[in-house]
Amino acid sequence: MADKILNKIYVKVWRQNNPTSKGKFETYSLENISQGNSFLEMMDILNDQLIQAGKDPVAFDHDCREGICGSCSLYINGHAHGPDTMVTTCQLHMRKFNEGQTITIEPWRVGAFPVIKDVMVDRTAFEKIQQAGGFISVNTGGVPDGNTLPISQDDAEEAMDAAACIGCGACAATCKNSSAMLFLAAKVSQFAKLPQGQVEAKRRAKSMYAKMDELGFGGCSNTGACELACPKSISISHIARLNREYLKAKISD
Amino acid sequence: MSNFLSGSIGRKVFMSLTGLFLISFITIHLTLNLFLIFDDSGLMFNHAAHFMATNPMIKIMEPLLALGFIIHIVWAGWITLDNIRARPQGYASGDNLLKWWAPSKNMFILGSMILVFLVLHLFNFWVKMKFTGDPLLSKATGEAGEMDNAYALVSNLFINFPLYDLIYIIGGILVGLHMSHGFWSAFQTIGLNNAQWTSRLKFLANLLGILFAVGFSAIPIYFLLKF
Repeated sequence: MADKILNKIYVKVWRQNNPTSKGKFETYSLENISQGNSFLEMMDILNDQLIQAGKDPVAFDHDCREGICGSCSLYINGHAHGPDTMVTTCQLHMRKFNEGQTITIEPWRVGAFPVIKDVMVDRTAFEKIQQAGGFISVNTGGVPDGNTLPISQDDAEEAMDAAACIGCGACAATCKNSSAMLFLAAKVSQFAKLPQGQVEAKRRAKSMYAKMDELGFGGCSNTGACELACPKSISISHIARLNREYLKAKISD
Repeated sequence: MSNFLSGSIGRKVFMSLTGLFLISFITIHLTLNLFLIFDDSGLMFNHAAHFMATNPMIKIMEPLLALGFIIHIVWAGWITLDNIRARPQGYASGDNLLKWWAPSKNMFILGSMILVFLVLHLFNFWVKMKFTGDPLLSKATGEAGEMDNAYALVSNLFINFPLYDLIYIIGGILVGLHMSHGFWSAFQTIGLNNAQWTSRLKFLANLLGILFAVGFSAIPIYFLLKF
Protein backbone atom coordinates (compact mmCIF):
# COMPACT_ATOMS: atom_id res chain seq x y z
CA MET A 1 0.00 0.00 0.00
CA ALA A 2 1.34 3.34 -0.98
CA ASP A 3 2.21 5.78 1.74
CA LYS A 4 -0.33 8.49 2.48
CA ILE A 5 0.56 11.99 1.35
CA LEU A 6 0.27 14.93 3.73
CA ASN A 7 -1.06 17.69 1.48
CA LYS A 8 0.08 20.45 3.77
CA ILE A 9 2.01 20.72 7.01
CA TYR A 10 3.56 23.65 8.84
CA VAL A 11 7.01 23.59 10.32
CA LYS A 12 7.69 26.08 13.11
CA VAL A 13 11.44 26.00 13.55
CA TRP A 14 13.92 27.88 15.72
CA ARG A 15 16.20 30.15 13.62
CA GLN A 16 19.32 31.61 15.15
CA ASN A 17 22.27 32.88 13.11
CA ASN A 18 25.06 32.28 15.59
CA PRO A 19 25.63 31.49 19.28
CA THR A 20 25.38 35.13 20.35
CA SER A 21 22.48 36.34 18.21
CA LYS A 22 18.91 36.36 19.46
CA GLY A 23 16.91 33.65 17.76
CA LYS A 24 13.24 33.40 16.88
CA PHE A 25 10.71 30.95 15.48
CA GLU A 26 9.89 30.96 11.75
CA THR A 27 6.97 29.02 10.31
CA TYR A 28 7.22 27.41 6.86
CA SER A 29 4.57 25.48 4.97
CA LEU A 30 5.38 22.28 3.12
CA GLU A 31 3.24 20.48 0.57
CA ASN A 32 2.98 16.87 -0.56
CA ILE A 33 5.06 15.21 2.14
CA SER A 34 4.85 11.43 2.06
CA GLN A 35 4.21 9.79 5.41
CA GLY A 36 6.84 7.27 4.36
CA ASN A 37 9.48 9.99 4.57
CA SER A 38 11.75 10.12 7.56
CA PHE A 39 11.64 13.30 9.61
CA LEU A 40 15.09 14.32 8.39
CA GLU A 41 14.04 13.75 4.76
CA MET A 42 11.23 16.21 5.43
CA MET A 43 13.88 18.62 6.77
CA ASP A 44 15.90 18.05 3.57
CA ILE A 45 12.82 18.90 1.49
CA LEU A 46 12.29 22.03 3.60
CA ASN A 47 15.92 23.08 3.09
CA ASP A 48 15.68 22.42 -0.64
CA GLN A 49 12.66 24.70 -0.73
CA LEU A 50 14.50 27.39 1.26
CA ILE A 51 17.60 27.22 -0.97
CA GLN A 52 15.47 27.49 -4.12
CA ALA A 53 13.81 30.57 -2.65
CA GLY A 54 17.27 32.04 -1.99
CA LYS A 55 16.95 31.69 1.79
CA ASP A 56 19.32 30.27 4.38
CA PRO A 57 18.66 26.53 4.97
CA VAL A 58 18.00 25.27 8.51
CA ALA A 59 21.17 23.94 10.14
CA PHE A 60 20.62 20.62 11.95
CA ASP A 61 22.89 17.79 13.05
CA HIS A 62 22.74 14.41 11.33
CA ASP A 63 25.14 11.71 10.26
CA CYS A 64 24.42 7.99 10.09
CA ARG A 65 20.62 8.30 9.82
CA GLU A 66 20.21 4.82 11.28
CA GLY A 67 20.00 5.61 14.98
CA ILE A 68 23.51 4.73 16.14
CA CYS A 69 25.75 7.77 15.79
CA GLY A 70 23.98 10.08 18.23
CA SER A 71 24.32 13.13 15.97
CA CYS A 72 20.71 14.01 15.36
CA SER A 73 18.93 15.87 18.10
CA LEU A 74 15.82 18.10 17.68
CA TYR A 75 13.12 18.69 20.29
CA ILE A 76 9.92 18.07 18.35
CA ASN A 77 6.47 19.02 19.70
CA GLY A 78 7.62 18.81 23.32
CA HIS A 79 9.52 15.53 22.95
CA ALA A 80 13.24 14.96 22.51
CA HIS A 81 13.57 13.00 19.22
CA GLY A 82 9.86 13.52 18.53
CA PRO A 83 6.64 11.75 19.48
CA ASP A 84 7.81 8.18 18.77
CA THR A 85 9.42 6.05 21.51
CA MET A 86 12.85 4.42 21.53
CA VAL A 87 13.96 6.07 18.30
CA THR A 88 16.29 8.91 17.39
CA THR A 89 15.08 11.82 15.23
CA CYS A 90 16.51 10.17 12.10
CA GLN A 91 14.37 7.05 12.73
CA LEU A 92 11.22 9.10 13.20
CA HIS A 93 8.76 8.96 10.31
CA MET A 94 6.23 11.44 9.01
CA ARG A 95 3.46 8.90 9.64
CA LYS A 96 3.60 10.11 13.25
CA PHE A 97 2.19 13.48 12.06
CA ASN A 98 -1.17 14.53 10.68
CA GLU A 99 -2.55 16.59 7.83
CA GLY A 100 -2.36 20.32 8.50
CA GLN A 101 -0.35 19.89 11.72
CA THR A 102 2.11 22.49 12.91
CA ILE A 103 5.35 20.80 13.96
CA THR A 104 7.44 22.79 16.44
CA ILE A 105 11.17 22.11 16.24
CA GLU A 106 13.55 23.45 18.88
CA PRO A 107 17.20 22.85 19.70
CA TRP A 108 18.18 21.02 22.92
CA ARG A 109 17.69 23.67 25.62
CA VAL A 110 20.58 22.92 27.92
CA GLY A 111 22.83 25.64 29.32
CA ALA A 112 25.87 23.43 28.79
CA PHE A 113 24.90 22.85 25.11
CA PRO A 114 25.05 26.33 23.51
CA VAL A 115 23.25 26.78 20.18
CA ILE A 116 25.71 26.94 17.27
CA LYS A 117 23.16 27.79 14.59
CA ASP A 118 19.40 27.23 14.27
CA VAL A 119 18.64 23.83 15.85
CA MET A 120 22.25 22.67 15.98
CA VAL A 121 23.85 22.63 19.45
CA ASP A 122 27.40 22.18 20.68
CA ARG A 123 27.57 18.93 22.66
CA THR A 124 31.29 19.16 23.42
CA ALA A 125 30.33 19.09 27.11
CA PHE A 126 29.51 15.37 26.77
CA GLU A 127 32.92 14.76 25.17
CA LYS A 128 34.55 16.53 28.11
CA ILE A 129 32.73 14.32 30.62
CA GLN A 130 33.82 11.27 28.64
CA GLN A 131 37.42 12.50 28.50
CA ALA A 132 37.42 12.96 32.27
CA GLY A 133 37.42 9.19 32.83
CA GLY A 134 35.13 7.26 30.50
CA PHE A 135 37.87 4.93 29.35
CA ILE A 136 40.26 2.21 30.52
CA SER A 137 43.87 3.38 30.50
CA VAL A 138 45.56 0.28 31.90
CA ASN A 139 47.42 -1.76 29.34
CA THR A 140 45.13 -4.60 28.38
CA GLY A 141 47.71 -6.24 26.11
CA GLY A 142 46.64 -8.40 23.19
CA VAL A 143 43.16 -9.76 22.74
CA PRO A 144 42.70 -12.36 25.52
CA ASP A 145 40.79 -15.56 25.05
CA GLY A 146 37.11 -14.89 25.85
CA ASN A 147 37.07 -17.55 28.56
CA THR A 148 39.98 -16.17 30.58
CA LEU A 149 37.84 -13.43 32.13
CA PRO A 150 34.75 -14.98 33.68
CA ILE A 151 31.83 -12.53 33.54
CA SER A 152 28.31 -13.53 34.44
CA GLN A 153 25.68 -13.27 31.74
CA ASP A 154 23.65 -10.80 33.84
CA ASP A 155 26.62 -8.46 34.34
CA ALA A 156 27.55 -8.63 30.67
CA GLU A 157 23.95 -7.83 29.70
CA GLU A 158 23.74 -4.87 32.07
CA ALA A 159 27.08 -3.48 30.93
CA MET A 160 25.92 -3.83 27.34
CA ASP A 161 22.60 -2.08 28.12
CA ALA A 162 24.57 0.86 29.52
CA ALA A 163 27.00 0.82 26.62
CA ALA A 164 24.05 1.30 24.24
CA CYS A 165 24.21 5.03 25.08
CA ILE A 166 24.99 7.00 21.92
CA GLY A 167 25.53 10.30 23.76
CA CYS A 168 22.81 12.13 21.82
CA GLY A 169 21.89 14.34 24.79
CA ALA A 170 18.14 13.62 24.82
CA CYS A 171 18.36 12.90 28.56
CA ALA A 172 19.79 16.31 29.42
CA ALA A 173 17.48 17.99 26.91
CA THR A 174 14.41 16.38 28.50
CA CYS A 175 15.39 16.67 32.16
CA LYS A 176 13.75 19.66 33.80
CA ASN A 177 17.12 20.37 35.43
CA SER A 178 19.16 19.81 32.24
CA SER A 179 20.97 17.11 34.18
CA ALA A 180 23.41 14.80 32.42
CA MET A 181 23.07 12.10 35.07
CA LEU A 182 21.66 9.40 32.76
CA PHE A 183 24.52 9.92 30.28
CA LEU A 184 27.09 9.90 33.07
CA ALA A 185 25.44 6.88 34.71
CA ALA A 186 25.56 4.91 31.44
CA LYS A 187 29.21 5.76 30.89
CA VAL A 188 30.18 4.80 34.45
CA SER A 189 27.93 1.71 34.53
CA GLN A 190 29.31 0.10 31.40
CA PHE A 191 32.67 -0.20 33.18
CA ALA A 192 31.38 -0.75 36.71
CA LYS A 193 29.82 -4.08 35.71
CA LEU A 194 32.98 -5.45 34.10
CA PRO A 195 36.27 -6.58 35.69
CA GLN A 196 38.35 -4.40 33.33
CA GLY A 197 36.64 -1.30 34.72
CA GLN A 198 37.45 -2.00 38.38
CA VAL A 199 41.05 -0.73 38.37
CA GLU A 200 40.06 2.89 37.78
CA ALA A 201 36.51 2.69 39.17
CA LYS A 202 36.99 5.23 41.98
CA ARG A 203 38.84 7.80 39.95
CA ARG A 204 36.38 7.41 37.08
CA ALA A 205 33.23 7.98 39.16
CA LYS A 206 34.69 11.00 40.94
CA SER A 207 36.29 12.80 38.03
CA MET A 208 33.50 12.28 35.49
CA TYR A 209 30.94 13.46 38.06
CA ALA A 210 33.06 16.49 39.01
CA LYS A 211 33.35 17.39 35.32
CA MET A 212 29.57 17.17 34.85
CA ASP A 213 28.99 19.56 37.77
CA GLU A 214 31.73 21.90 36.56
CA LEU A 215 30.15 22.17 33.08
CA GLY A 216 26.91 23.53 34.52
CA PHE A 217 24.51 20.62 34.13
CA GLY A 218 21.79 20.47 36.81
CA GLY A 219 21.33 17.81 39.48
CA CYS A 220 19.12 14.73 39.28
CA SER A 221 15.56 14.96 40.65
CA ASN A 222 14.76 11.31 39.85
CA THR A 223 11.78 12.29 37.71
CA GLY A 224 12.59 9.50 35.25
CA ALA A 225 11.86 11.70 32.21
CA CYS A 226 15.35 10.94 30.82
CA GLU A 227 14.63 7.22 30.74
CA LEU A 228 11.40 7.85 28.78
CA ALA A 229 13.17 10.14 26.30
CA CYS A 230 16.23 7.95 25.81
CA PRO A 231 16.21 6.40 22.31
CA LYS A 232 18.18 3.47 23.74
CA SER A 233 15.89 3.00 26.79
CA ILE A 234 18.74 3.29 29.27
CA SER A 235 17.33 2.64 32.74
CA ILE A 236 17.60 5.07 35.65
CA SER A 237 18.75 2.11 37.74
CA HIS A 238 22.17 2.97 36.26
CA ILE A 239 21.87 6.34 38.07
CA ALA A 240 21.51 4.46 41.37
CA ARG A 241 24.67 2.53 40.46
CA LEU A 242 26.50 5.78 39.64
CA ASN A 243 25.46 7.23 43.02
CA ARG A 244 26.67 4.03 44.69
CA GLU A 245 29.98 4.08 42.80
CA TYR A 246 30.55 7.73 43.69
CA LEU A 247 29.63 7.34 47.37
CA LYS A 248 31.81 4.21 47.63
CA ALA A 249 34.73 6.12 46.12
CA LYS A 250 34.17 9.08 48.44
CA ILE A 251 33.89 6.96 51.59
CA SER A 252 37.09 5.04 50.81
CA ASP A 253 39.06 8.29 50.28
CA MET B 1 34.98 17.08 51.84
CA SER B 2 33.94 20.53 50.61
CA ASN B 3 33.34 19.29 47.06
CA PHE B 4 31.17 16.51 48.45
CA LEU B 5 28.99 19.06 50.24
CA SER B 6 28.61 21.33 47.23
CA GLY B 7 28.40 18.66 44.50
CA SER B 8 25.04 17.75 42.98
CA ILE B 9 25.06 14.18 44.36
CA GLY B 10 26.40 15.24 47.78
CA ARG B 11 23.68 17.82 48.23
CA LYS B 12 21.05 15.28 47.24
CA VAL B 13 22.43 12.83 49.81
CA PHE B 14 21.63 15.44 52.46
CA MET B 15 18.12 15.81 51.03
CA SER B 16 17.55 12.08 51.01
CA LEU B 17 18.90 11.38 54.53
CA THR B 18 17.00 14.29 56.09
CA GLY B 19 13.93 13.26 54.09
CA LEU B 20 14.04 9.70 55.44
CA PHE B 21 14.56 11.09 58.96
CA LEU B 22 11.52 13.36 58.56
CA ILE B 23 9.48 10.39 57.29
CA SER B 24 10.36 8.46 60.46
CA PHE B 25 9.26 11.44 62.55
CA ILE B 26 6.01 11.91 60.66
CA THR B 27 5.21 8.21 61.05
CA ILE B 28 5.30 8.59 64.85
CA HIS B 29 3.36 11.85 64.52
CA LEU B 30 0.54 10.25 62.53
CA THR B 31 0.38 7.22 64.83
CA LEU B 32 -0.11 9.45 67.87
CA ASN B 33 -2.58 11.68 66.02
CA LEU B 34 -4.77 8.71 65.22
CA PHE B 35 -5.47 8.43 68.98
CA LEU B 36 -7.73 11.46 68.35
CA ILE B 37 -10.06 9.22 66.38
CA PHE B 38 -9.94 6.13 68.54
CA ASP B 39 -10.73 7.73 71.88
CA ASP B 40 -13.35 10.49 72.05
CA SER B 41 -12.61 11.09 75.74
CA GLY B 42 -9.22 12.42 74.67
CA LEU B 43 -7.42 10.48 77.39
CA MET B 44 -5.25 8.43 74.98
CA PHE B 45 -4.23 11.50 72.99
CA ASN B 46 -3.46 13.53 76.12
CA HIS B 47 -1.29 10.73 77.45
CA ALA B 48 0.57 10.56 74.14
CA ALA B 49 1.06 14.33 74.03
CA HIS B 50 2.23 14.30 77.64
CA PHE B 51 4.73 11.54 76.88
CA MET B 52 6.08 13.45 73.86
CA ALA B 53 6.43 16.63 75.92
CA THR B 54 8.25 15.05 78.86
CA ASN B 55 10.25 12.07 77.60
CA PRO B 56 14.01 12.85 77.72
CA MET B 57 14.65 10.96 74.46
CA ILE B 58 12.14 13.22 72.70
CA LYS B 59 13.85 16.25 74.23
CA ILE B 60 17.09 15.20 72.54
CA MET B 61 15.30 14.51 69.25
CA GLU B 62 13.48 17.85 69.15
CA PRO B 63 16.46 20.05 68.15
CA LEU B 64 17.64 17.32 65.76
CA LEU B 65 14.24 17.34 64.14
CA ALA B 66 14.35 21.11 63.75
CA LEU B 67 17.82 20.76 62.20
CA GLY B 68 16.49 18.06 59.86
CA PHE B 69 13.71 20.38 58.71
CA ILE B 70 16.07 23.33 58.25
CA ILE B 71 18.62 21.36 56.19
CA HIS B 72 15.86 19.79 54.09
CA ILE B 73 14.30 23.21 53.36
CA VAL B 74 17.49 25.26 52.82
CA TRP B 75 19.12 22.58 50.68
CA ALA B 76 15.92 22.28 48.59
CA GLY B 77 16.13 25.97 47.77
CA TRP B 78 19.84 25.76 46.96
CA ILE B 79 19.42 22.71 44.68
CA THR B 80 16.34 24.12 42.94
CA LEU B 81 18.04 27.44 42.21
CA ASP B 82 21.03 25.69 40.62
CA ASN B 83 18.74 23.40 38.62
CA ILE B 84 16.85 26.38 37.21
CA ARG B 85 20.16 28.02 36.24
CA ALA B 86 21.14 24.92 34.23
CA ARG B 87 18.47 25.78 31.61
CA PRO B 88 18.64 29.49 30.81
CA GLN B 89 16.04 29.19 28.05
CA GLY B 90 13.00 26.92 28.21
CA TYR B 91 11.01 25.11 25.52
CA ALA B 92 8.19 26.82 23.63
CA SER B 93 6.48 23.47 23.07
CA GLY B 94 6.72 22.52 26.74
CA ASP B 95 7.57 19.18 28.24
CA ASN B 96 5.11 16.50 27.26
CA LEU B 97 6.72 13.37 28.67
CA LEU B 98 5.53 13.69 32.27
CA LYS B 99 2.15 15.03 33.39
CA TRP B 100 2.27 18.58 34.72
CA TRP B 101 1.08 17.43 38.13
CA ALA B 102 3.66 14.61 38.53
CA PRO B 103 4.97 14.96 42.13
CA SER B 104 8.53 14.33 40.91
CA LYS B 105 8.39 17.52 38.81
CA ASN B 106 6.82 19.57 41.59
CA MET B 107 8.74 18.62 44.72
CA PHE B 108 9.84 22.20 45.41
CA ILE B 109 6.32 23.60 44.96
CA LEU B 110 4.79 20.81 47.07
CA GLY B 111 7.50 21.33 49.68
CA SER B 112 6.91 25.10 49.76
CA MET B 113 3.18 24.57 50.25
CA ILE B 114 3.91 22.09 53.05
CA LEU B 115 6.21 24.70 54.63
CA VAL B 116 3.38 27.27 54.67
CA PHE B 117 1.14 24.62 56.20
CA LEU B 118 3.83 23.69 58.72
CA VAL B 119 4.18 27.27 59.97
CA LEU B 120 0.42 27.57 60.37
CA HIS B 121 0.31 24.17 62.08
CA LEU B 122 3.07 25.14 64.53
CA PHE B 123 1.13 28.29 65.46
CA ASN B 124 -2.08 26.31 65.87
CA PHE B 125 -0.68 23.85 68.38
CA TRP B 126 3.04 23.69 69.11
CA VAL B 127 3.50 27.38 70.00
CA LYS B 128 0.47 27.26 72.31
CA MET B 129 1.50 24.01 74.01
CA LYS B 130 5.14 24.98 74.41
CA PHE B 131 5.18 28.75 74.91
CA THR B 132 2.07 30.91 74.99
CA GLY B 133 -0.40 28.52 76.58
CA ASP B 134 -4.14 28.53 75.92
CA PRO B 135 -7.21 28.48 78.18
CA LEU B 136 -8.29 25.24 76.49
CA LEU B 137 -5.12 23.56 77.68
CA SER B 138 -6.24 23.85 81.33
CA LYS B 139 -5.18 20.79 83.22
CA ALA B 140 -6.66 17.41 82.54
CA THR B 141 -6.03 14.49 84.84
CA GLY B 142 -4.90 11.09 83.74
CA GLU B 143 -3.14 8.07 85.18
CA ALA B 144 0.20 9.89 85.02
CA GLY B 145 -1.14 12.80 87.07
CA GLU B 146 -1.93 16.28 85.75
CA MET B 147 -1.25 17.14 82.16
CA ASP B 148 -2.20 19.61 79.41
CA ASN B 149 -5.54 19.00 77.76
CA ALA B 150 -4.06 18.90 74.25
CA TYR B 151 -7.15 17.04 73.06
CA ALA B 152 -9.36 20.05 73.89
CA LEU B 153 -7.10 22.36 71.88
CA VAL B 154 -7.10 20.09 68.80
CA SER B 155 -10.77 19.09 68.89
CA ASN B 156 -11.86 22.71 69.38
CA LEU B 157 -10.04 23.74 66.21
CA PHE B 158 -11.43 20.87 64.15
CA ILE B 159 -15.00 21.15 65.48
CA ASN B 160 -15.43 24.92 65.38
CA PHE B 161 -13.34 26.03 62.41
CA PRO B 162 -14.31 24.15 59.21
CA LEU B 163 -11.83 26.24 57.21
CA TYR B 164 -9.02 24.68 59.27
CA ASP B 165 -10.46 21.24 58.55
CA LEU B 166 -10.10 21.97 54.87
CA ILE B 167 -6.55 23.29 55.34
CA TYR B 168 -5.54 20.20 57.31
CA ILE B 169 -7.08 17.87 54.71
CA ILE B 170 -5.12 19.66 51.97
CA GLY B 171 -2.00 19.57 54.18
CA GLY B 172 -2.32 15.79 54.53
CA ILE B 173 -2.71 15.33 50.79
CA LEU B 174 0.33 17.54 50.11
CA VAL B 175 2.46 15.49 52.50
CA GLY B 176 1.25 12.29 50.80
CA LEU B 177 2.10 13.59 47.33
CA HIS B 178 5.53 14.83 48.45
CA MET B 179 6.29 11.46 49.98
CA SER B 180 5.06 9.44 46.99
CA HIS B 181 8.14 10.69 45.16
CA GLY B 182 10.45 11.47 48.08
CA PHE B 183 10.50 8.02 49.63
CA TRP B 184 11.73 6.00 46.65
CA SER B 185 13.85 8.89 45.40
CA ALA B 186 15.78 8.92 48.69
CA PHE B 187 16.87 5.31 48.16
CA GLN B 188 17.79 5.99 44.53
CA THR B 189 20.00 8.93 45.57
CA ILE B 190 21.99 7.00 48.16
CA GLY B 191 22.45 4.20 45.65
CA LEU B 192 20.22 1.64 47.38
CA ASN B 193 18.27 0.77 44.27
CA ASN B 194 18.54 -1.41 41.19
CA ALA B 195 16.41 -2.52 38.24
CA GLN B 196 14.36 -4.95 40.36
CA TRP B 197 13.84 -2.62 43.29
CA THR B 198 12.75 0.49 41.36
CA SER B 199 9.19 -0.76 40.93
CA ARG B 200 9.05 -2.13 44.49
CA LEU B 201 10.28 1.12 46.03
CA LYS B 202 7.90 3.14 43.83
CA PHE B 203 5.03 0.92 44.98
CA LEU B 204 6.02 1.39 48.63
CA ALA B 205 6.34 5.15 48.11
CA ASN B 206 2.87 5.37 46.58
CA LEU B 207 1.45 3.20 49.36
CA LEU B 208 3.09 5.39 52.03
CA GLY B 209 1.85 8.52 50.24
CA ILE B 210 -1.72 7.22 50.23
CA LEU B 211 -1.52 6.04 53.87
CA PHE B 212 -0.24 9.43 55.05
CA ALA B 213 -2.69 11.45 52.94
CA VAL B 214 -5.64 9.32 54.10
CA GLY B 215 -4.38 9.09 57.69
CA PHE B 216 -3.87 12.82 58.20
CA SER B 217 -7.04 13.84 56.32
CA ALA B 218 -9.12 11.31 58.25
CA ILE B 219 -8.69 13.26 61.49
CA PRO B 220 -10.37 16.57 60.45
CA ILE B 221 -12.94 14.59 58.43
CA TYR B 222 -13.77 12.54 61.55
CA PHE B 223 -14.31 15.67 63.65
CA LEU B 224 -16.37 17.28 60.87
CA LEU B 225 -18.68 14.29 60.53
CA LYS B 226 -18.95 13.24 64.15
CA PHE B 227 -19.38 16.56 65.94
